[in-house]
Amino acid sequence: MADLPKPEELVQIDHSPSLHKGLLGWMDTPVRIREGIALYAGKPQSLEYVGMPNPREWNPLDEDWKLPENWKEIILDGLRERLDRFRSLKVFMDICVRCGACADKCHFFIGGGDPKNMPVLRAELLRSVYRKEYTTAGKIMGKIAGARELTYDVLKEWWYYFFQCTECRRCSLFCPYGIDTAEVTIIGRELLNLIGLNVDWVAAPVANCYRTGNHLGIQPHAYKDMIDFFCEDLEEVTGIRPNPSMNRKGAEILFITPSGDVFADPGTYTAMGYIILFHYLESLGLDITWSTYASEGGNFGFFTSHEMAKRLNAKMYAEAERLGVKWILGGECGHMWRVIHQYMDTFNGPADHLEVPVSPITGTRFENAASTKMVHITEFTADLIKNNKLKLDKSRNDNLVVTYHDSCNPARGMGLLEEPRYVIKNVCNHFYEMPENTIREQTFCCGSGAGLNAGEDMELRMRGGMPRANAVRHVHEKHGVNMLACVCAIDRAALPPLMEYWVPEVDVTGVHEMVGNALILDGEQKRTTDLRGEPLPGMEEEEDV
Amino acid sequence: MTLEELLLQKRDAIKARWLQAVLESYPPDSRRFFKKQKDQFANPVGHAFSTELENLLQEIIEPSDPERLRASLDRIVRIRAVQEFAPSQGLSFLFLLKPIVREVVTDAGRDEDLQREMEALSTRIDGAVLAALDVYMTCREKLYILRADQMKNQVSALLRRAGLISEVPSWDAASEEGSENHPLNST
Repeated sequence: MADLPKPEELVQIDHSPSLHKGLLGWMDTPVRIREGIALYAGKPQSLEYVGMPNPREWNPLDEDWKLPENWKEIILDGLRERLDRFRSLKVFMDICVRCGACADKCHFFIGGGDPKNMPVLRAELLRSVYRKEYTTAGKIMGKIAGARELTYDVLKEWWYYFFQCTECRRCSLFCPYGIDTAEVTIIGRELLNLIGLNVDWVAAPVANCYRTGNHLGIQPHAYKDMIDFFCEDLEEVTGIRPNPSMNRKGAEILFITPSGDVFADPGTYTAMGYIILFHYLESLGLDITWSTYASEGGNFGFFTSHEMAKRLNAKMYAEAERLGVKWILGGECGHMWRVIHQYMDTFNGPADHLEVPVSPITGTRFENAASTKMVHITEFTADLIKNNKLKLDKSRNDNLVVTYHDSCNPARGMGLLEEPRYVIKNVCNHFYEMPENTIREQTFCCGSGAGLNAGEDMELRMRGGMPRANAVRHVHEKHGVNMLACVCAIDRAALPPLMEYWVPEVDVTGVHEMVGNALILDGEQKRTTDLRGEPLPGMEEEEDV
Repeated sequence: MTLEELLLQKRDAIKARWLQAVLESYPPDSRRFFKKQKDQFANPVGHAFSTELENLLQEIIEPSDPERLRASLDRIVRIRAVQEFAPSQGLSFLFLLKPIVREVVTDAGRDEDLQREMEALSTRIDGAVLAALDVYMTCREKLYILRADQMKNQVSALLRRAGLISEVPSWDAASEEGSENHPLNST
């Protein structure tokens, strides 16, 4: 009873806006770090394992973040160094005219209404300190020139809001100057990491990936066990047991996919789709191997620092060289492809030990991958279909009414727009696009990228994913869409809860799960279930018997 | 003129004022955006408020179907439940309707019948608040269920596949009564 409020306390309920009270400007609105939005702090052992600074137990909800005494000096030195190193950062700090074109393009702002999620304002968090330290106007005029001191509160605000950005780059699409706010976030996080401000959902995968090769710390034997487990399941569904090879030297192609495909539903069904496809292509001349060392396509180092991204990415080329393959095929993943497409060659190339990828089945030379030597699996499969190399029974996916979510990084980061659609349209009969301003380059983020797909920030994720879910609901209501397809492992982990909250009638699939369902294998038994073990269309009664 | 007739006549004006009052619960930048951007996909929150407040108003003035009321509340409350609001703030939008309606009634003169009907309307709004509380709690509980499920799915898949746990086997054939495979018949 002691906890019950008294009547006079009850009448003091505050109905005024909780963000930006009264006439205070954004600079004077203190940050309030909230449970449900904030992520857990990185654990000391994760930081220690990869030699990151200031490993310690700390809690973002506490007052004291246990920072080194000279934290401000470290951050400002770090910023100065990066301004020298990255011309783009210097330009992004100087040229924004605050036109507002990006302001209403961020899914967190659109869904949540917190003004500090407007990309311009999120960047201003860093820019204001930059002005104070490095511009004459800022030094002299201070706040009038949009400048402010880097204080402990400002630092907390950085941490809170740079971990409310999924680095999806939708805002940059609309910036007339081409400012990439994701890169501002990337630098912001890199600076924070200099004093040990991280989140567990990024720091733990980074340490695991560095140690065992993948985010979950799945060891080689367990990785192989899981692939074997999929093969058992596939035998039940198709009557044929594929025999994928692991760590095989001398194979022509190395296959690398996010580990989410190997352990987390519904990504596991996508992995089964890959296995079926590779089995099918074996007799046509596909010579491919999986790797238990390069067992992670994703790269959470990219959400930590450029250096960490480089370190974790290095295993791809290293493993390709060790196995002596000619080129690399990559699975369905999001940020993995931004790293591969825009960074890998600079980080760890040139991969002179590899050749420009050529499909052994169709002879197609993937000129777009001439530099990285790495092909996206939907490009590979689309080429197979285009060349009539796959026998497909689309009707096996007739229970699905599909729409396609362009995953941010493949869409905006590498222009992968047509291939997934081409594959989907060839493996299922019912496909409907979401509204134009929510797909392709303008796609809305799942709300959970860049290390935000933890559990503790579920409220943030639901709010950020709201614009995406809203478009899904539209096609669900209009066309009866019941399946949301995507080519990203984080999407496959993040979209199911998002759908469950906003549009529970819609499930989530990878594109190659549907390929696996439609693909007709030589000598297969009559299929009665899909890869999930659910009855195929028209087979429901047979299942019941 | 009955209260119902009066409110239906002034419905558009009431809805506009109500929407404005609801948007006041957001900071100026957000408020402007929620109000100005009319594209339902570029501005799903503003669109939901605009559409559903109208539906809600209709149901409060002329109640037709509790399910319709609940559906409209769901669209709004589901959004407010994950925004930067305390629960009281999240649901306060329904109370904001009362002073607006009261003002309309006062402007129409001191008709005693109107005042009496006003009380009934006020009770209906209170009822809607309770219904909204149910929705709010469902949404918040869903968030925690999603959190729990995420943890459960991650760990259980790994444990099962690593062969570290042994689950009770399914006994499809044993669902038939009397089957000797059924665990209840095994003793």
